[in-house]
Amino acid sequence: MSFLALSSIRKSFAANTVVKDFTLGVERGEFVSLLGPSGCGKTTVLRMIAGFETPSAGSLRIDGEDVTALPPNRRRIGMVFQSYALFPNLTVAQNVAFGLRVAGVPGPERETRVAEMLRLIGLPDLGARYPYQLSGGQQQRVALARALAVRPRVLLLDEPLSALDAKIRVSLRSEIREIQRDLGITTIFVTHDQEEALSMSDRVVVMNGGVAEQVGTPFEIYNRPRTRFVAGFVGTLNQLEAVVRDPGRGLVEIGGTTLTMSGPLAVAPGRRVRVAFRPEAIRIGAAPGREVMLRARITAVDFMGAVIRIRAETEGGTLSLDTFNRPDTPPPGIGTRTDLSLSSRDLIVLEDGPAA
Amino acid sequence: MRRGTPILSTVIVLLGAAYFLVPLYAAFQFSLQMKRGELSLEAYRSVLSSSVFLSTLTFSAVASFAAIAMGALLVVPTVYWVRLKLPRLRPVVEFLSLLPLIIPPVVLVFGHIRLFGSNSVLPLTMTASGTNVLLVMGYVVLSLPYMFRAVDNGMAAIDIRTLTEAAESLGASRIRTIAGVIFPNVRSAIVSGAFLTFSICLGEFVLASLLNRPAFGPYMVQLGQDYAYEPAALAILSFALTWTLMALMQLFATRSPGRRRRAPLKTSTTP
Repeated sequence: MSFLALSSIRKSFAANTVVKDFTLGVERGEFVSLLGPSGCGKTTVLRMIAGFETPSAGSLRIDGEDVTALPPNRRRIGMVFQSYALFPNLTVAQNVAFGLRVAGVPGPERETRVAEMLRLIGLPDLGARYPYQLSGGQQQRVALARALAVRPRVLLLDEPLSALDAKIRVSLRSEIREIQRDLGITTIFVTHDQEEALSMSDRVVVMNGGVAEQVGTPFEIYNRPRTRFVAGFVGTLNQLEAVVRDPGRGLVEIGGTTLTMSGPLAVAPGRRVRVAFRPEAIRIGAAPGREVMLRARITAVDFMGAVIRIRAETEGGTLSLDTFNRPDTPPPGIGTRTDLSLSSRDLIVLEDGPAA
Repeated sequence: MRRGTPILSTVIVLLGAAYFLVPLYAAFQFSLQMKRGELSLEAYRSVLSSSVFLSTLTFSAVASFAAIAMGALLVVPTVYWVRLKLPRLRPVVEFLSLLPLIIPPVVLVFGHIRLFGSNSVLPLTMTASGTNVLLVMGYVVLSLPYMFRAVDNGMAAIDIRTLTEAAESLGASRIRTIAGVIFPNVRSAIVSGAFLTFSICLGEFVLASLLNRPAFGPYMVQLGQDYAYEPAALAILSFALTWTLMALMQLFATRSPGRRRRAPLKTSTTP
């Protein structure tokens, strides 16, 4: 059984059900992100794990213990909030020591643990400062130290980076991940930022309309999105409408070109489906191993340095493609007619998700 | 472009100040004229040497402190709970807290006397201590609008919900959260409410008079009827006392949590 197990969790506020039949197992030491747009129920799931909300149905177990009805202060969880939530009347050291005092850890041991935590977050000399004397990034690191000081069973991070500026966000995210790996602490991270979720997590849960649309490794989520919602929410995805010709052999037709998909399709012949592929899967011109060819006209070229983002018009619709910059190959001009090639292995047929 | 001196505003401020200060100065001037032909502090000496002055002042001060303690114990948990769990009830609670401004104290005290009079189930007015309890209760009601507003503003300034959740996630019980996290962070607001309560209760007349308690308010009125110079001195003294309290309130109210002192250099985990 998983270390943290959520079974058929449902949460309703009056007539509004915000989490529907949510089941998730998280292994000890795993870093799992709940990713989704605002209002998708990700924060509610986190708050139920913390004990701040009680599920309307379903059960929640941590390390085999049923904690569904346990109040938050007895769950032994650590939580980091978007707004830091440091106690303004206490110094950094007192903030970190708060949970230890509550737990009755004796003075000398408490001081050792606080010093250890402050070293861990790289702020060993700021123990005597008050929260208002720290930057946002420093405050959030203190909040992390405070949550970790009590050695919680599960660490819950509620959009901890959202209030920080871009540069700090990127550096703090690798810091958090490093600390999490060092301590081997089971972590649930809530975010609406796909880059954060993909770069930090062992597994990502993409949520929409109160349900988990897909659970998988960042690699799976990005490369094999299961639903149209996941495909649209995570990264940029080109979508073309196709007509299924021979589902058994995986044959579909896009704008007069018949393509072979990587496997058979569970769709009736003649049905319209959406075929998707990532911008980096397309090449300009023919290339060996890329059997799918599309005629296109270049409509926009954005030179972004290492990457060039190109938009092209095809019979099936507008596509976005990314190529790496090469000093010896200038990007195509706008209006140029060219062939685009891609491998059928990169094509994904999207299911309609429950809420898509 | 630099703006010139705002003449109109200055004149309005000066007129407003004169409206308050001229009568005050006149009273002060009058209070110094007890001895014929010379300015002296005789009226003040007379007031301060009176044992009734000291006993009524002490009585009112003790009643005010009791009202502050009861008011804070009533208002702080109420405001906290309403903000945390029952935000939709806030307008109702706010309206209730304003009722003492609408209902005259005389109505309140007659209500008290009827409810706790000699032939009631709980005849509090039959004993002095029981009547004192009624007086303090009345003071709590009178000061409710001010105490509620001060504490409510204090709680609005901090994110009590997230702070409560942070404390609970660290293992703290609800009581420990209120005592260790919420209370210290709204302390200056409570102090403001306390001073306002004190200012109102110290010179309160209607409740004390109708309940027949030896309080400072009735004493001041009695003195005004019997003497000429002492009431002026007493008025100046009570103004000085109130203003001192206002200054103290300002001092506490402008301090935000966590900025009470310069951070010590030593790292310490004890508050």
